[in-house]
Amino acid sequence: MKSLAELEAIKNKIKNQVEVRRDAEDGIRIVVGMATCGIAAGARPVLAALVEEVGKRNLANVSVAQTGCIGMCRLEPIVEIYEAGKERVTYVKMNEEKARKVIADHIVNGNIVTEFTIGAAEK
Amino acid sequence: MLELSLHVLDIVNNSVKAKASKIEIEIDEQVQKNILTVSIRDNGCGMDAEFLKNVTDPFKTTRTTRKVGMGLSLFQAAAEATGGNLVIKSQLNVGTEVVVTFTYDHIDRQPMGDMAETMQTLVSSNESIDFIYRHIKDQKEFVFDTAQIKEILGDVSLNNPEILLWIKEFINEGLTEINS
Repeated sequence: MKSLAELEAIKNKIKNQVEVRRDAEDGIRIVVGMATCGIAAGARPVLAALVEEVGKRNLANVSVAQTGCIGMCRLEPIVEIYEAGKERVTYVKMNEEKARKVIADHIVNGNIVTEFTIGAAEK
Repeated sequence: MLELSLHVLDIVNNSVKAKASKIEIEIDEQVQKNILTVSIRDNGCGMDAEFLKNVTDPFKTTRTTRKVGMGLSLFQAAAEATGGNLVIKSQLNVGTEVVVTFTYDHIDRQPMGDMAETMQTLVSSNESIDFIYRHIKDQKEFVFDTAQIKEILGDVSLNNPEILLWIKEFINEGLTEINS
């Protein structure tokens, strides 16, 4: 059973990592569209998968955030990756599995998953 | 939307956009009475009577303002498909309450879905908002209150993957408990 004491322990563990996180100015920002269109298309499990992967892999310099309608509802769920000094990458028609692959290939290993990008989808 | 928890996620985002600082979500499963009620209450900016009149009409509202759009009309349609309804009350500068009622065992009643993931999604992007999620199943009750979580966390941010995973599991276990 999950207890509040367990939460306390997680907090103490995180406190020790906080300094690292604060220094991560050059971090990676992952943004998921979470408006009605995104939610209906399946953005929530995509976000949950991203959060889970970032947590499990302990990626301290990566943040996961949400935004409203990006304006291309037919391509939802949409995930955008912002990294300082690099061009923004937009992934479209995402699902849980694709989200995990983006974390492994793009975020961890630095290889953009071209087949999921908006460029590939619009061809 | 294929599950009620997705409607909840969508409609609570209206409260977030209305700048609420406190949002209460209550799901009441009265299996004996064959009624399922979903209530969302916020202390956001509210709406005036004129706006409220057409609030569930997607064609009257989507293009003129981003406040509503499809969300409420989809939720309303989901309720009406089961013989239920959606009632929305609002007062300018006081807040808004959305109460949606379903016939519990109706064949078209959407499943509850993953409320833990909905709450996880909501709290992760709205750290400054206090969420109270109360889920009642007949005589049993589960309450998740972010104020309590924040008290334990102190100055540590709630929007941390490890804490969010804990929150999701905590809610899942609480819901399993009341469903057993």
